[in-house]
Amino acid sequence: MVNINEVLETNKMIEKENLDVRTITLGISLLDLADNDLDRLNEKIYDRITKTAANLVKTGCDIEKEFGIPIVNKRISVTPIALVGASACKSSEDFVTIAKTLDKAAKEVGVNFIGGYSALVSKGMTKADEYLIRSIPEALASTDMVCSSVNLGSTKTGLDMDAIRLMGSIIRETAELTKENDSIGCAKLVVFCNAPDDNPFMAGAFHGVTEADNVINVGVSGPGVVKKALESIHGEDFEVLCETIKKTAFKITRVGQLVAKEASERLGIPFGIIDLSLAPTPAIGDSIADIFEEMGLERAGAPGTTAALALLNDQVKKGGIMASSYVGGLSGAFIPVSEDQGMIRAVNDGALTLEKLEAMTCVCSVGLDMIAVPGDTSETTLSGIIADEMAIGMINQKTTAVRIIPVSGKKVGDTVEFGGLLGYAPIMPVNRFGCADFINRKGRIPAPIHSFKN
Amino acid sequence: MKKTIITVVGKDSVGIIAKVCTYLAEIKVNILDISQTITGGYFNMMMIADISEGSRDFSEINDDLTKLGEDIGCVIKIQREEIFDMMHRL
Repeated sequence: MVNINEVLETNKMIEKENLDVRTITLGISLLDLADNDLDRLNEKIYDRITKTAANLVKTGCDIEKEFGIPIVNKRISVTPIALVGASACKSSEDFVTIAKTLDKAAKEVGVNFIGGYSALVSKGMTKADEYLIRSIPEALASTDMVCSSVNLGSTKTGLDMDAIRLMGSIIRETAELTKENDSIGCAKLVVFCNAPDDNPFMAGAFHGVTEADNVINVGVSGPGVVKKALESIHGEDFEVLCETIKKTAFKITRVGQLVAKEASERLGIPFGIIDLSLAPTPAIGDSIADIFEEMGLERAGAPGTTAALALLNDQVKKGGIMASSYVGGLSGAFIPVSEDQGMIRAVNDGALTLEKLEAMTCVCSVGLDMIAVPGDTSETTLSGIIADEMAIGMINQKTTAVRIIPVSGKKVGDTVEFGGLLGYAPIMPVNRFGCADFINRKGRIPAPIHSFKN
Repeated sequence: MKKTIITVVGKDSVGIIAKVCTYLAEIKVNILDISQTITGGYFNMMMIADISEGSRDFSEINDDLTKLGEDIGCVIKIQREEIFDMMHRL
């Protein structure tokens, strides 16, 4: 039987250390809805989502209440819309109507976000893929809940440089169209290399074509809990440090597993995976950078940061793997800038640069995330940053992503406020040397060799 | 059996346990175990209770206990036992 100390420990994590379940994400396949008639397709998509997700938010709230654990987001991911809309959409404007349908359905069922306004173009773009990509700025500017993602490369296929070049201009255009709100459209747009099919986190969640009809995926969190646990072993050796992170990650993940199982049972939808992630929020004490400082770095970005992140990421996985029956998604530590107080402090103090963040993404779960750069950063420079990050993913057989916001009208030294979980960010400087002639070459970077690893 | 954990946290004062137990007796909730500790001047109590035979459901008990807590100056929570079991037991 549980004892009072265990009960108090769990409740302290929840009340004082920001332990929460970050998201229950319901994946819904729309593949079978493909239709030549756009109106009929929109109607069917709306019906499918509102029927399947009718009880999602209520179920999440019930679980929250019964177990006393906050579930911050209830979300939906759908089949990449470039596939679903391929036969009905003859233009980018046609695709925008689907984005509006997704937005309307998300509002009807009361979820926080809906992901899957996506295209998978790791080797090449179909006409439909290109229509969808070109519709992204308008789609994100004319909706509130829709998130968009594009997979631009993979270890197996190499990098689609034509799509990477196109995304540089799409990101700029999205920033421009949403400039009234500090270019927030770009916060809902992410590009990937090796995008997972079962990611519950936004903006990159979509319901992959390898998935069943419906599935429940859960993302856990808990940087604050790890930080507090490390405070209690301050100055101990690496063995104790690693063991403490593992044990804490185990406890955090068990809560996610419980919530996932409950949600799956109550909704009658199979449980997919737990995404073992340390996802920070702008709240004080819910920061990955604070963990680095507790480990002994003066600021995130100081020499040693990549090693500290590698250690953290690996121990979180080792602890979490045993706590859940199925693990997937992105799984690891997230290092967004705007969503993490300690990262923002590190940037403001001059400790953390874009280049150091890029190095850190070699050993963590995602990539350059929620980074605000000057609004006049050129399209080719944005594509160059994306290409670098995609190359890291391709060569290292891992997922990498870029969610970068060239904030219209802002320059280095300014701050941009996104609000809520998206937080705020200082505008970071970008290398001023160009890469236009490289980016403007046509074609692909071939798939890398899978042997001779050095 | 539907095991729940009821926790009461607040400033120590006379009759806290009595008031919570009286309420639970009124709604026919069986208390299986009680333990308490005082840390930093704060009173912490945990009860393991079976609500399966009770006259009110989980959500109603939750609302009642929140209100009772406000009346006696404590924070009272009711949670299903599984969250603690999952986190602390293999």
